[in-house]
This record gives sequence, structure tokens and C-alpha cells, in this order.
Amino acid sequence: MTVIVAKELSTALAALREHADARLIQGGTDLMVEINFNHVKPTTMVSLRDIEALRTIQTDSQGIMSIGSGVPYSIIEGEPVLSAIPALAQAARTVGSPQIRAAGSLGGNLGTCSPAGDTLPVMFALDASIHLNTLDSHRVVSIHDFMTGVKRSVRQHDEVITSIDFPIVRGWQGYSKVGVRNAMVISVASACLVADHDKANVRLALGSVGPTIIRCREAEAWLASSQDLTAGQTISLDVANEFGKRAAAESSPIDDHRSTAEYRRHAISVLASRLLRKAYQ
Amino acid sequence: MSENEFYSLRVNGKTHQVQDSWVGESLLYVLRERLGLPGTKGACEQGECGSCTVLMDDTAVCACLVMAATAVNSEIVTVEGITSETALTDVQQSFVDEGAVQCGFCTPGLIVAVHHLLEKNPQPTEFEVKEAISGNICRCTGYGRVFAAVEATIRSRNAVK
Repeated sequence: MTVIVAKELSTALAALREHADARLIQGGTDLMVEINFNHVKPTTMVSLRDIEALRTIQTDSQGIMSIGSGVPYSIIEGEPVLSAIPALAQAARTVGSPQIRAAGSLGGNLGTCSPAGDTLPVMFALDASIHLNTLDSHRVVSIHDFMTGVKRSVRQHDEVITSIDFPIVRGWQGYSKVGVRNAMVISVASACLVADHDKANVRLALGSVGPTIIRCREAEAWLASSQDLTAGQTISLDVANEFGKRAAAESSPIDDHRSTAEYRRHAISVLASRLLRKAYQ
Repeated sequence: MSENEFYSLRVNGKTHQVQDSWVGESLLYVLRERLGLPGTKGACEQGECGSCTVLMDDTAVCACLVMAATAVNSEIVTVEGITSETALTDVQQSFVDEGAVQCGFCTPGLIVAVHHLLEKNPQPTEFEVKEAISGNICRCTGYGRVFAAVEATIRSRNAVK
């Protein structure tokens, strides 16, 4: 086995080209578990841990906040992300424990691409874009096209996820998840709701209730066609509950070791309803 | 670096050679089995329990989730680097006084987490204390006595000032 500790992005990209068997490691919170339990035995590892260029946060004049793939959750949960993309800061705050948040990152969440990845519903609700680099190319992929299944994405072997672009949206946004306890919990069901006051719409994305993150397009369209979603409006409990029901209908959960499909569907209806009420109260 | 190469780690202010090891080993395994530093405990090996908490570049992390060979550019501090062999630190003494140690397995991780918290934030609120040790799971003593030990440490430090 070979371990390459890259300090420059170009070193990591060259190593991926050179070694067809290479696997990337950032914080290690997913991959090291698999290695510790002998589920995988990598032969070449490329560590992104020391690449400073992947740890930047920038906001451009178009209102896009670009977060480096290696920025740890412990940074994302605070400023400047907290004010610009509160739902993302909230989602980062719910990950694991201080030890895990010091190691985990958006790049790792995307690289693993688990439907339970806490920050993925935020990316789906905000229509985030993923930057992927190879040694000689660069492409930007919508999050909706990036994730293709359970732990599957369109990332090619020689690509590194370098940053994620989030539009800064005016309006309330939040992330909620259900799990068995507060700290150290992998979500049983999660939801991110973004109210966009300028576009007068609401976007809702669900985690842990399908093979990919699910955007509730039908519930969103129903809400936008029946309610005024600009700033200062309120939503009645009946409307919120109907929205929750419609969101649950769009989920596609399964029974597994963490929960049952029935409970997850119920949890989604409650989460969606509560988030919507908070957004317009 | 590959299988037969050596690499070195900075642990508790000293440079240690790691030899004759598989380079995919976790920092937890290397600390305990290669470098003779068994203070850091291993239990879940999946980042859930916090018994392997160490400081890496002044940040608390789970050593089980760090591939040791990727930590070559980092400064690592273990419970052995925080405490002394001859006397208890004030945090350790408070844990003893308040009965915060029962089986003791989670204790080294908690000692690291509490020292780290009080260094960064000498007057934490109750919530901040809970937050700081939320990644350290105890299955026998419970947390009440641990909170009491943290409070006792803060009280005694404030009294000295």
C-alpha cells in the first residue's frame, strides 16, 4: 500500500492519473471506518488533508458563496456561513460530535454520497453546484446531476471535488433531522427547507428516505400555486400539514437497521410541516 | 510512502519513527501498538465513542479516524502529553474527587477533551461543557459526575487567580 500526502491540488490530481487504484481521503470519518473493519483494503491512498487551497470560503458579487471541499464542519457551522447559508451551518452542526465535525467536510459528504449525508439535502434545496477538477480539465455539475444513487455519483476516478457553490437566498431556511439522540447520530430522516422570498417559492429536499436526496417538486409546486410565499406571509397549520403529507408522499423510504419506512414517512410529514411553519410564522 | 518505508510523526513534542507497519493503520493503532503510547483507548473504531480523542494541530479528533501516515505534517498531542507520570493534573484530580471515574475506559478521552475545552474557553457555560464532551461516550459512570468534575476544576482555577 502507498500513501501520498498531497500539499498541492496538482500533486493529488497527478497521483490519481498515475494510480488507477488510488482512493481519496479527506477527513477519514467514512473511509477509515471501512479500513478499520477490513471492509476495504485500499492499495493506494491520496490524502487531501494538507491542501490549503481546498479550505477557502469565498463570496462573489453575484451572491454565490463558494466553499472549499476540505473546509471542516467545525468551520461551516460558524461565520461567515452561518449568516449566509444558515441551513448549511445547521446541518453541519448536527453532524456527529466536535471530533467528527473537526474532520468531516462537504467534499467528503459528496465523495461518500450517502443518502444520510447531512449536508446533501441543503445542497439539493439550494441547487448547489459542484466543481470537479482533473489535471487538465474543470467542470461544474449541478448537485441534481451529481448524485446518482446510494453512494454513487458522477465523479470520475481522476477527479477531485474542489468546491461547492451555494446561491445566497433571501428568506428563511432551515435543516431538521430525526435520530435517536442529539449528538453522534446518523439521521433516520432529514429535511432542508428554503424559502426564497425573491422568487416567491419554497424548496424542500429530503435525506435518508430514498436512494438519493429527494426534491419534493410536486409539494413545492402545489404550495407555490396555492399560497403567497413572499416575505411577511403566514402559513396555516392546515396548509403546513397538507404540505407535509405531500412531501411524505414523494419520499421513498425503506425499512433498515435504523428505522422503518412507515416511521420515516411519518417523520418527513412532521419535519416538512414544522419547517414550513417556521419559515412563515 | 509505501509498505517498507518509514515515516515519522510528531507526538507530544517529539519526533517518532514509525517502522515495520502497514501504512493504512489508524493513528490510534500506531500510537498504541507502534509507539508504545497506550493512554489513548480504542473501543468503537468508528468515531462514535471518543475514547481515542487526541489533539491534532490543536483540534480534538478521533485518532481511530486518522490514517496515521497522513498525519506526517501535524502536531499530535495524546493524553500522555497533557498529563504527567508523577502527579495528577487538576482535571484528573477533580475527576477522582468527584467520582467521575468508574471503569475508566472513557476517561483518557474525556481528560483530553476537558483539558482542551478549558484551554480554549476557561469559563464555559454548562451548555458549552456538554457540547465539548458530546463526542465522548461513557457507559457506566454517567455524565453528572463528569460535569461536576469540570465545574470543580473551574472553581479551583478561579480560586487560584
